[in-house]
Amino acid sequence: MATADSIAATMQSPDTQDEAICVTDLHKSFGALEVLKGLSLTAHKGDVVAIIGGSGSGKSTFLRCINFLETPTSGQIVVSGEEIQMRPDGSPANRRQIERVRTRLGMVFQAFNLWTHRTLLENVIEVPVYVLKVPRAEAIENAKVLLDRVGLGEKADTFPAFLSGGQQQRAAIARALAVDPSVMLFDEPTSALDPELVGEVLNVIRDLAAEGRTMLLVTHEMKFAREVATHVVYLFEGRIEEQGPPAELFGNPKSARLKQFLKTVG
Amino acid sequence: MITWRALMQPHRIVLMALFIGMIIWCAVALRWDWIPQYAPLAIQGLWRTIWILVVTTVLGFLLAIPLGLAQAVGPWYLSAPARIFCTVIRGTPLLLQIWLLYYGLGSLFPQIPWIRGSELWPYLRQAWPYAVLALTLSYAGYEGEVMRGAFSGVNKGQLEAANAFGMPRFTMFRRIWLPQAIRNVLPTLGGETILQLKATPLVATITVVEIYSVSSRVRSDTFIVYEPLLLLAVFYMIIAGIITLMFRRIEKQVPGR
Repeated sequence: MATADSIAATMQSPDTQDEAICVTDLHKSFGALEVLKGLSLTAHKGDVVAIIGGSGSGKSTFLRCINFLETPTSGQIVVSGEEIQMRPDGSPANRRQIERVRTRLGMVFQAFNLWTHRTLLENVIEVPVYVLKVPRAEAIENAKVLLDRVGLGEKADTFPAFLSGGQQQRAAIARALAVDPSVMLFDEPTSALDPELVGEVLNVIRDLAAEGRTMLLVTHEMKFAREVATHVVYLFEGRIEEQGPPAELFGNPKSARLKQFLKTVG
Repeated sequence: MITWRALMQPHRIVLMALFIGMIIWCAVALRWDWIPQYAPLAIQGLWRTIWILVVTTVLGFLLAIPLGLAQAVGPWYLSAPARIFCTVIRGTPLLLQIWLLYYGLGSLFPQIPWIRGSELWPYLRQAWPYAVLALTLSYAGYEGEVMRGAFSGVNKGQLEAANAFGMPRFTMFRRIWLPQAIRNVLPTLGGETILQLKATPLVATITVVEIYSVSSRVRSDTFIVYEPLLLLAVFYMIIAGIITLMFRRIEKQVPGR
């Protein structure tokens, strides 16, 4: 543990200190199919990076590689200045390091993935209490604040099955916030929601963006991406086709593929 | 709940009257004078049936967890033995397993001096350790198979969420995977526990005195055949009812997905 931390400390050179996530030349293959073909991306603290692209462009895979839910084939991933040690085949070399880094990356899934056998409050305190060893009383207090914040204070003792998709996703965001993540990863957070429930989840994410949370957001909500993102990345077939500030990327797209994509998604 | 009005339907009244009539007939026409004499033995037997059931289901279930886990996600050198164990247990009659253990181990142990000399010998000379062992292994075999399905049936997203938050593997198993797996098979486990209850009379064949063997004793002593069996059936039904209620209570505590 100590050695890994000290290695991380020595790697933190001054000019990369505000880098939240730095991915270099990331490759990922599923068998013979190469899904990511050398992606590089840097997110600084306070950035809201929206990752857009068509189905199968590799945007979800890219996000899931960052916390090693998918094992990359090759490349380099640095989270808050700490490079994740990888074996030659891309698998994480140090399980403890991965676990530690993951606790700093609050992930929100498309399918919510709240733990169905626990109430909302229990869902939110689970990781603080059983992974980060925060005292239970303190975790509960914090969880109540977070649930209030996403508008679910009244539902703290309810099981996820009794909630709408939008409520579940807001609770999932509270769960991710409970670890006070240095970066939040959103994997299509509104794609599984009924249209009328999308707004309430986007409002929560918008608030987080406004308070300067660093976020990586895979999304199909173009209007929303344009509004909250500080940086937009368009993926096409596992490569970054175009990236830039939202006004530029949406207002004046250069690549023909992006133009076509924006036309089809409206 | 059943309302008074719903009960007062003509066909229900007839059925209830028939049922009460049957009970009264049983009480009046059949012989129950043997009860006082055998009551102490019956209570002992009942107690033994219950503790054998509880001990073997608890131990068997604890064994079933690694058996199921090994089959669901284990490497071949763990999953293969687990699978063989479950197949053998499920593929042979319980009566045979009890006899093989009792007459096999039971006749092997006395020939080994250090076992005869050990502190366990006073217990190993008796029949019940073999009964408990056989019933435990049997329950483990069946439940190992149930848990295999339970473990692989847990939604992958649930585990992925635990992974994504850096939960160590054992914590994930203890906090997420195992509780979800058990919850998903609670109705099955309830049924299997009742089956286990009804498997306990088999240990009477190796001289363990539980409630069924008490009824046999009454029959051979007094030549009263039917009445002890009737009472026995009532006892088993009551225990099965209690098991059902207990599982229903546990199931209620955690609502479905």
